[in-house]
Amino acid sequence: MKHVMGRLYTSQLWRSMFRHGLPDSNRTRAETIFYNFFLHIHPTKVRKRSLRYTYTWGLGGLSFGLFIVLTVTGGLLMLYYRPSVPQAYWDMKDLQFVVSSGQFLRNMHRWAAHAMVAMVFLHMLRVFYTGSYRPPKEFNWAVGVLLLVLTILLSYTGYLLPWDQLAFWGISVGTNMARAIPFGLGEKMSFLLLGGNIVGENALVRFYVLHCFILPVAGCVLMGIHFWRVRKDGGV
Amino acid sequence: MLDDPLNEESGNTLLTRRYFLEAIGGGAIGIAAAGSAMLTAQFLSPNVLREPSLRFKAGPTENFPPDSVTLQKEQKVFIVRPKEGHFYAMSAVCTHLGCITNWKTEEGIVACPCHGSRFDSEGIVLDGPAPRSLQRFAMTLDEQGELVVDKGVIVGEEVFLRV
Repeated sequence: MKHVMGRLYTSQLWRSMFRHGLPDSNRTRAETIFYNFFLHIHPTKVRKRSLRYTYTWGLGGLSFGLFIVLTVTGGLLMLYYRPSVPQAYWDMKDLQFVVSSGQFLRNMHRWAAHAMVAMVFLHMLRVFYTGSYRPPKEFNWAVGVLLLVLTILLSYTGYLLPWDQLAFWGISVGTNMARAIPFGLGEKMSFLLLGGNIVGENALVRFYVLHCFILPVAGCVLMGIHFWRVRKDGGV
Repeated sequence: MLDDPLNEESGNTLLTRRYFLEAIGGGAIGIAAAGSAMLTAQFLSPNVLREPSLRFKAGPTENFPPDSVTLQKEQKVFIVRPKEGHFYAMSAVCTHLGCITNWKTEEGIVACPCHGSRFDSEGIVLDGPAPRSLQRFAMTLDEQGELVVDKGVIVGEEVFLRV
């Protein structure tokens, strides 16, 4: 076994991916972190206090984990779901009753979505109670608030996609709330959101694109900034 | 660039070649960006809507007995005949957040299932969060004696159709 691993570590393929030695000295241990795309944003030093589980409760990490679950399950659901009025509801029913593991994936997506809203909210509470919003981290708090808004918008846009009674009236009520924006902006806002005056075909496609592309991409960009700043401020 | 003390020429020349080219290039990119933003904003607003017509036939007058409130669910409109020969068309869309209200015959009120707003048969708010009375729509009688409602034309509460 040792011989096989030794062959692997000295192979051209391995050494092209990991261009430093095995982490057996301080130098190579540091290089393992610096030269890894996923690890390089880690801070050079971490306070022991901030590693304590009961300090962060891992809530940010749990939120991100749920985002990964939602991206994977959502991507799979997209293979069977067509965002058009005649098909949307029946595609959702097909996922529940016909597609192998469809019900499981749909429920996973649904529960992970609920859980993510809760986790992001609890994460925000934790940051508030530990005073982690204070300078110099106040900008990251603002980024976090935007991420909370994006999480809620993702949850809301996903609500329309099953195209059932709950979805239809949920979106009717929500876009009517947008109508309440003063200075005549409300009507325009609602019109642009729905792509018309009624909750119909255009609204379904718009919410689909927002849910599956625009909002997740915006979320990824903000998450990148958010995590990078957490690390530079000495967080985990 | 103009006041750059390290650039000896900048003192006398008003416009250096570099600044001129930067301004031209930057300006062109700026104009292109503003144009794209405008085009994108226009793109987001649809020009043709394939939505159902706002004008519809509600049916012949004899379908609506005197002293009745009838909900046309597809159209989200109440056809009200308060007394013999009087008609008006009232929106069934709640003025709070747009749910479809129902007529409760036993109680003689219009009730919204979403947030509990209640209206009388004239559409006036009795209680609940609704901020305004239910809207009234223009109503006419066509040659065949059928009631025609135009949801595009909102009329006041004093307007009745007399048949």
